[in-house]
Amino acid sequence: MAATDVDVFAPSTAPAAIVTGRRRRLRPQRAVLHAFLIATCLIWLAPLAWTVYTSLRPYQYTADHGYFSVGGHYGFDNFTAAWNQADLIKYYGNTLLVTVPSVLLTLMLASFVAFAVARFSWKFNIALLMVFTAGNLLPQQVIITPLYRLFLMIPLPTWMNATGTLYDSYWGIIAIHVAFQTGFCTFVLSNYMRTIPHELTEAALVDGASVWRQFWRIIMPLTRPALAALATLEFIFIYNDFFWAVVLMQSQDKRPITSALLSLQGIYFTNDNLIAAGALLAALPTLVVYFTLQRQFVRGLTLGATKG
Amino acid sequence: MPRSSSPSGSPAPSAVGMPLLSRRDMLKMVGVTAGAVTLPELLAACGSKKSGGGGTASKTVTIGSNASDAAPKAAYQQVFAKAKASTGLDLQVNTVDHNTFQQQINSYLQGTPQDVFFWFAGYRMQFFAAKGLATSISDVWDKIGSSYTPALKAASTGQDGKQYFVPFYYYPWAVFYRKSVFAKHGYQPAKTWDDYLALLKQQKKDGYVPLAMADDGGWPVQGTFDYLNMRINGYQFHVDLMAGKQAWTDPKVMDVFNHWAQILPYHDLQGGLARKWEEAAITLKNKKTAMFLLGSFVAQQFSGADLADLDFFAFPQINAQFAQDSVEAPIDGFMVSRKPKNLAGAKTLLEYMASPEAIATYLKSDPTNIAANTQADTSNYNALQKKSLELIGSAQHISQFMDRDSRPDFVSTVMIPSLQSFIKNPTPSATSSLLSSIEKQKQAIFVG
Amino acid sequence: MAMLEKAAPAGGTPTRRRGRSLRSLTRRDRLVLALMVGVPSALHLAFVWVPALGSIALSFSRWEGIGGFSSIQWIKTLNYKQIFTIYPPFWPAVRHNLEWMGFLFLATGVGLFLAVQLDKRLRGSRIYQSVIFMPVMLSFAIVGFIWHLVYSYDFGLINNLFHTHVDWLGDSRINLWSALVAASWRHVGYIMIIYLAGLKAVDASLREAAAIDGANEWQTFTRVVFPALKPINVVVLVITVIEALRAFDLVYVINKGTNGLELISALVVSNIVGEASRIGYGSALAVILLVVSLVFIIPYLVAYFRANFGARGAR
Repeated sequence: MAATDVDVFAPSTAPAAIVTGRRRRLRPQRAVLHAFLIATCLIWLAPLAWTVYTSLRPYQYTADHGYFSVGGHYGFDNFTAAWNQADLIKYYGNTLLVTVPSVLLTLMLASFVAFAVARFSWKFNIALLMVFTAGNLLPQQVIITPLYRLFLMIPLPTWMNATGTLYDSYWGIIAIHVAFQTGFCTFVLSNYMRTIPHELTEAALVDGASVWRQFWRIIMPLTRPALAALATLEFIFIYNDFFWAVVLMQSQDKRPITSALLSLQGIYFTNDNLIAAGALLAALPTLVVYFTLQRQFVRGLTLGATKG
Repeated sequence: MPRSSSPSGSPAPSAVGMPLLSRRDMLKMVGVTAGAVTLPELLAACGSKKSGGGGTASKTVTIGSNASDAAPKAAYQQVFAKAKASTGLDLQVNTVDHNTFQQQINSYLQGTPQDVFFWFAGYRMQFFAAKGLATSISDVWDKIGSSYTPALKAASTGQDGKQYFVPFYYYPWAVFYRKSVFAKHGYQPAKTWDDYLALLKQQKKDGYVPLAMADDGGWPVQGTFDYLNMRINGYQFHVDLMAGKQAWTDPKVMDVFNHWAQILPYHDLQGGLARKWEEAAITLKNKKTAMFLLGSFVAQQFSGADLADLDFFAFPQINAQFAQDSVEAPIDGFMVSRKPKNLAGAKTLLEYMASPEAIATYLKSDPTNIAANTQADTSNYNALQKKSLELIGSAQHISQFMDRDSRPDFVSTVMIPSLQSFIKNPTPSATSSLLSSIEKQKQAIFVG
Repeated sequence: MAMLEKAAPAGGTPTRRRGRSLRSLTRRDRLVLALMVGVPSALHLAFVWVPALGSIALSFSRWEGIGGFSSIQWIKTLNYKQIFTIYPPFWPAVRHNLEWMGFLFLATGVGLFLAVQLDKRLRGSRIYQSVIFMPVMLSFAIVGFIWHLVYSYDFGLINNLFHTHVDWLGDSRINLWSALVAASWRHVGYIMIIYLAGLKAVDASLREAAAIDGANEWQTFTRVVFPALKPINVVVLVITVIEALRAFDLVYVINKGTNGLELISALVVSNIVGEASRIGYGSALAVILLVVSLVFIIPYLVAYFRANFGARGAR
């Protein structure tokens, strides 16, 4: 049976007995609980709500009356200003250019390794998996210096990158994302693939299918849910990356949006209202993914965490 | 590039005329590049506008600029337009945000830098020249040397005796104030330390914050240290201290901090460590603070009547032996990278930039600096420029500012945090342990 | 990073068949497999492990990063000696990392608490979850921006709402805690979701049995549920520790990791990125970070793989 993933949003498995048996006494307790949770959620939303509120108001009004005021004009002017002045579309483009290839490559390479590790037994199977896993847990700062020097040394033809090296190039950023995230995805996918019944591939082998065919025709389609979940997760992770792009990408106008934010803030987002609008615009794609693909994202996080 | 910036990043001045920020921003404000490259590389056809793409080799000169703020950028555009016309060269300028440029100079110069790049004089230049990251231009100096004072030539010379740098402009650091405020209360510019202390006391009584304070980026307060050191211990001691040849545990250095502790209470300490100089300049403009020790680029925040009201006086004398013989005047200019694609063109460009016409064009759009070239036309100088010229001209020694006179790694990793901790805790005992910590770290860095 | 929680099967692992032996494959198949493994591994080793080893090597050197490898000077353990004795931000950074860890443990507790509450059959539980989990989607840079608007001295939410005049981000005595609140805003939701998944997988019969025995909520939790969560707890422990060691983005965005927000990771960057790099020194700091991280990662990995994989390969 394929690995079950737990749907965190499914109803609780807490036995109904506990609930029904004390239903009468529970009501005030439940009310308190709800009140507590609502209060918690309000506190949780407060920073974001404040950001949204600030972004909707013009600078002049808030400068005169303070930010904590009601009244004045409300509108999306800050958003259009932030968008146009900072030329955000360029940065979104950069982000896409880095994120999409990274996600695709990572999943592809990770499924290769996961397949080999999960479906076959050989000498360094486990050791390799451990290496991949540990590699993803390292703090990024541990490898940055030699990585930086390495990038400066690896030559790229100038048609690939103007500086002639891997440094300050999209290729370089994609490469490090892939190398770094492969560990995590390999681990998840190998766990997932391990649960696919061997009968399926045995049958194919008997029919003379090659390893590649097994991989492509049998295992991959079955891994699709895991891949979808991981794709969502990885998109968010790589979109949110800050460190690699800040250190390994020198040119401001090639940086993806998360790492470009800090610098954009200097000239274009010169007041808190614009900053709020800019931050929201930058966060927008992740929030959209969150609201539409929330289940996938959570599934990716908890995939295989529990086995039924 | 109107003022020195520390290696760890200093705020970009808001462009002239932009609505001002009265908020305090804790996040680093780093300006944006309006680089020549606007398309993601992979989509661009072969050859970006960066290093040396396009154009016939002998006619194109690429320039790496850090003049990212609006006023200097526009001013340079004028200059380069005229340079093109005069030299017949095709100039391709790539502008990078000011702070990022400094931060990445290391990898930039080792990678594929432009033929000519903007930089600063002083040890900061010598450091990179000694590492072989610049081409010597002594032959250019043979032609232009007569336009510069010996002090400027010395600041452009590397440790091997060859020149690597062509100065463009410089600007003094001084104590700025509003004439109307001084007139209103009968304040006089302070000539001696005692005058200064008395002035500060009086200003405080009259309800002002006597001295504005901004240390966002960690570099502005270095100006205070430099002046105190030069006034108390002399220029030579200061230079030696910056070069690691004197001990920070020397009682002379303690003397500097003791004097500083005397005036520290008169600063705008509340939030001062994180305040940007632009914001502090606003407090000067709004007459909330009475004085501000900063470079002349502070004038960028003033316009119209306010600008006419702005004046400065030289940092007061402390030790009669040294009087006011030194001035802190960072010099900005140009260098040639180590393997330029068009060396001859680069040199031709530098010869043009060393001409009176070039700097005159620049100063028309950005009059907060003064020309390094002694033959430049100074008749159009405004009052502040004339006074700056006088101040620098009358000085016997010119220093460059701590982060240009000393090793960049020493300044950014040791001095910036140390000066900040002094300001937070200026007691003598804390200071003396601070100084021995600085000395130990200095010895670790200035090795070999 | 998120992989850790996958490592904790709650409720035991069913045995699975051994993978196919390689011997029975054709040569071509073996080649394909070799490539499938080799290429990603090469990339991973080249960009992750070789640099890690490089950091270790460089930590014994003195180098400004200019000029080729020939300009490196080897100085043995001098960097480490200086870091431990004369580098002012080091011990504060260590302290801050520990404080970060401690605070995140508190946040983990809050996450667990919320997970337990939301695990009950509650109407609107889904909405509560979504709200609390949402900050996890945001990058730390955005979190930094949002909380800057909250903490700003002149215009922030807190100072205006409560009429206080506290310099939340600039005062080095409290800015670490301000940053930690922002980090926890994100951390709590993350932990909550992990525990929610774990709780849902806790065998319902265990809880029923406890209810029948008359245990109240607290007893059920402490005696039955929490022990059953042991694998998840291990994962959460490691996640919390690793998150504390990896913290960087938030403090960097606030003030580049200075003035009260020093962290070892930020110290590495401040020595390496910039005008004049102290490569050797920064590498030594990076190695310290590496060693501390490995102290947690390795035992965990060994335990996990041993538990799930037994002797090499067999499952």
